[in-house]
Amino acid sequence: MRTIPLDTVRGTVCKLYIDACYRLNDDMRKAFKDAAKTEVNPQGREILQMISENAEIAEKEWLPICQDTGLAVVYVELGEEVRFDRPGLKEAINQGVRQACKEGLLRASVAKDPLRRGNTGDNTPAIIHIDMVPGDKMKLTVGAKGTGSENMSRVKILTPSAGMEGVKNFVLEAVTQGGSNPCPPLVVGVGIGGNLETVAEIAKKSLYRPLKDKNKDPYYARLEEDWLKEINKSGVGPQGLGGSTTALAVHIEALPCHIGALPVAVNIDCHAHRHKEAVL
Amino acid sequence: MMSESKLYKLKPPLKDSDLMPLKIGDKVLITGLMYGCRDAAHKNMVEMLDKGQPLPVDLRGQILYYVGPTPAPKGRPIGAAGPTTSGRMDAYAPRMYDYGVKATVGKGTRAEPVVKSMVKNKAVYLVAIGGLGATLASKIKAAKVAAWPELGTEALWEFKVEDFPAIVANDVNGRDIYKENVKYWAEKLK
Repeated sequence: MRTIPLDTVRGTVCKLYIDACYRLNDDMRKAFKDAAKTEVNPQGREILQMISENAEIAEKEWLPICQDTGLAVVYVELGEEVRFDRPGLKEAINQGVRQACKEGLLRASVAKDPLRRGNTGDNTPAIIHIDMVPGDKMKLTVGAKGTGSENMSRVKILTPSAGMEGVKNFVLEAVTQGGSNPCPPLVVGVGIGGNLETVAEIAKKSLYRPLKDKNKDPYYARLEEDWLKEINKSGVGPQGLGGSTTALAVHIEALPCHIGALPVAVNIDCHAHRHKEAVL
Repeated sequence: MMSESKLYKLKPPLKDSDLMPLKIGDKVLITGLMYGCRDAAHKNMVEMLDKGQPLPVDLRGQILYYVGPTPAPKGRPIGAAGPTTSGRMDAYAPRMYDYGVKATVGKGTRAEPVVKSMVKNKAVYLVAIGGLGATLASKIKAAKVAAWPELGTEALWEFKVEDFPAIVANDVNGRDIYKENVKYWAEKLK
């Protein structure tokens, strides 16, 4: 067994969350530059340029990339040979988020209650996913998930007869009906299979793959490529103001499912696609 | 949509004559006051209007900016301050235009009743580029909470801005940039 101090977990979550909000990953910065070369609408090219510059300004002047510093979505891949120096893993993660909100001047964006609203004041609680894996390491991934794009996400249980075409249409509809609202160019996470709760989980998790990573199954890798092309023919374009860069990537994850169901989830992320990870 | 876009400077308070020439796709630079507000402040404002009470600030002729900024770092008036999704304010917007607000700034499409309200009130909807939190913060030269500090980021803010850039998305003639542009480019990309 290996012991990891929970203070290290707290400090790492804090650092990753702040880092995610202030410094956009290189794969996204490169994708903006590449898209600016292929975008057909001159106004779209201008917008891609502005988005690209915003990432530079954020890092240089140390301001958040976007004022919606999101809900903190934290993934823990916990090695089975890891133990902690004291109880309270989830509390340590929430302490890290609280500290990041305060020290990183992130926005307090969590309503205390869905109907009675109010604000928790420190962006907790985080959304925490814990998965046990073999080994003595711990991997932490922190995503800052804005709600402009989350609000345009959707989940549905189709019937098996809907097949690949049915799933594809559901995905295209989510993107085109979302239009300008989720701040394109987008990263589109798609979950297929599992059940009601797992299909949404895998759609979200797929977002946090490196941008250009493909599904390991060539069948799904091909669908990712084809659907990206179709999405980029929709005309939505950068910021929904028209053009050929509606999405930068489509990520699909699939799971076995019940013989009577075909669950699908589309989790959309905006161009401020923020996530960082660390291994302890 | 292919007509040449023009550049206009807007300095609130705005009159009908300031907005009549604006066409979708035109660029504007705003200098002067803009009032920041989002879901919670809108709820308060519309409740006050419904009760016939005066608003905490006279917003007639003014511009509302749909935003919830991050806290100000030392030495800056405000943190990141890009636009939020305007559609969430659609439920309140016709009421605000009827009251006398002349322009709103946000991102994303507006519902039909909002577009109609703009035609009726000779008002406009402008879009700022979503996600430009750091860039747009630099256009805000001063910021203070005008009402409801307990709402935190959702308070009613008063911003002094200089050359704040936006694009006309719905004009006084009821045209819609999103509908026209996406249709045009979808045809072209077929």
